[in-house]
Amino acid sequence: MGERRIKGHVGVGGKASGIALVARDNFSARYDLDRLKGVFSRPAHALHGQSYVNTVLVLHTAKGGVATSWMLREMKSRGMAPAALLLNLGNPIMAQGAAFAELAFMDRFEVDITDAIQSGDHVSVDPQAGLVIVG
Amino acid sequence: MLAGRMGAVRRAAIEQQIQVGMTFDAEDFVEVSQVHLMADTESLGESGVAYLESIAALSEEERCVRVPTVTDPRGIDLCAYQKLNQDEHLAELERRTIVAMQTMGILMTDTCINYQTIMPPVRGEHLAFGDTGSTIYANSVCGARSNFEGGPAALAAAFTGRVPRYGCHLEGGRRGTHLFEVEERPGNLSDWGALGALIGQRTGSYWTVPVIAGIDQAPTSDELKHFGAALASYGSVPLFHMPGITPEAEDVESMFDHRPPDPEVITRSDMDAFYASFGRHEDKVDVVVFAAPQLSLVEMQDVARLLEGRQVHEQSALLIATSPENKSACDRMGITDSIESSGAMLLKGVCFYQMYARELGEANGWQRLVSNSAKLVNIISGYGYRPVLASTEACIDAAVKGRM
Repeated sequence: MGERRIKGHVGVGGKASGIALVARDNFSARYDLDRLKGVFSRPAHALHGQSYVNTVLVLHTAKGGVATSWMLREMKSRGMAPAALLLNLGNPIMAQGAAFAELAFMDRFEVDITDAIQSGDHVSVDPQAGLVIVG
Repeated sequence: MLAGRMGAVRRAAIEQQIQVGMTFDAEDFVEVSQVHLMADTESLGESGVAYLESIAALSEEERCVRVPTVTDPRGIDLCAYQKLNQDEHLAELERRTIVAMQTMGILMTDTCINYQTIMPPVRGEHLAFGDTGSTIYANSVCGARSNFEGGPAALAAAFTGRVPRYGCHLEGGRRGTHLFEVEERPGNLSDWGALGALIGQRTGSYWTVPVIAGIDQAPTSDELKHFGAALASYGSVPLFHMPGITPEAEDVESMFDHRPPDPEVITRSDMDAFYASFGRHEDKVDVVVFAAPQLSLVEMQDVARLLEGRQVHEQSALLIATSPENKSACDRMGITDSIESSGAMLLKGVCFYQMYARELGEANGWQRLVSNSAKLVNIISGYGYRPVLASTEACIDAAVKGRM
């Protein structure tokens, strides 16, 4: 299969790429992650136990508190952040945190992004163009 | 600001705000009158603390905030960390943060209930509030206007004195999207939290505005505090309306642009099922926590009364978190003595989940947790705890008996 191009809303941060880690679950850095180990730690999360480091993390919506906005930069400073974050529907906290961390973030795609991308796909993200390329 | 004539910090702040504004199609900025800054050391980490220190090292003209800025709870209570077996290096990180923020002209209020204790927002006032609980209360109960402004975003607002105008700042972002009917009025604080959680689970996005019908008598500030905190925590929702109660909601019909949707009914059995989903700690309770949000003076008095003449079980701990202002009031009014004579720990200026809860649990052997806060029991399982939701009375009983 060749390249697939998926359009979304203009996002935050510069271009990024990596291997996708996908689930139809939600995201909060405070609620869901063991940020020291770089894995999902919330037992009820669909990605429990999996490492998100340097992945293009693809999830459904942003949830929970405001802490994620500091945490993304802190994770990135230790080399323990995802390469990019793609959500069907984000919230201010994710955009603010990504802007502060200079991390690629996009949401509001023309398709359900958790269906359109599979774990293991190679994904390139261009937030300023509002474009994701799979493959 | 963008040209850098007001210094590098304000330029970086406005650049960050423009990026966020573009993402949410904001057309312009709106000036804010207050900033509430979430910057606990657990979230900041070493890199965040170093970032604050780099700003604090600049000239007074460059480093000082432009609008009154108050802080959310801290990561460490410097009067209690040793008793809680917390590391000295965490306390040192905290001390560095406090010095940096005070040098920037930030008021160290260390509270998530600033709307009860510091300066209650006014209807129509534009704000940059940085805790989901404080934001939803300001928007919904006070009729003020704020998006969730996470730590770096609230700090940016403090430096620029404005925020991008989108979401809750716009009339259109405050219209109802979902209608709920409450079958039975919640009976206590944990019930109000459970109701907020159930509605949050059913809305599930920042861009939804639930309208809650069926509450005929005005709830107290503490009841709405627990309700809003849980709704924001489970649903990431920044605003709700309660017709006849909250200031922007005269009746159900006027909250919707079109005919109101059919209401989703929240029943007593929904509430019971929510409690049951956490189970019970019948064997042993490691820690009972009153926090998230910090307790009001009235809640402190209630807890003190329930503890009167009783002792916390030797194998359990009871932690109670309030704001520094309320702690001073409790000291003055004898509430602190009354609580501490039971063996409970009264913490000030912190909140349980923001104080390195994972390390705290590991250092003290805490897993089985009981709380009356639906918000706390939602957050804390990611930190290695097994939480149970219970009423204030049942929490105190669990602390005294060491089990449920």
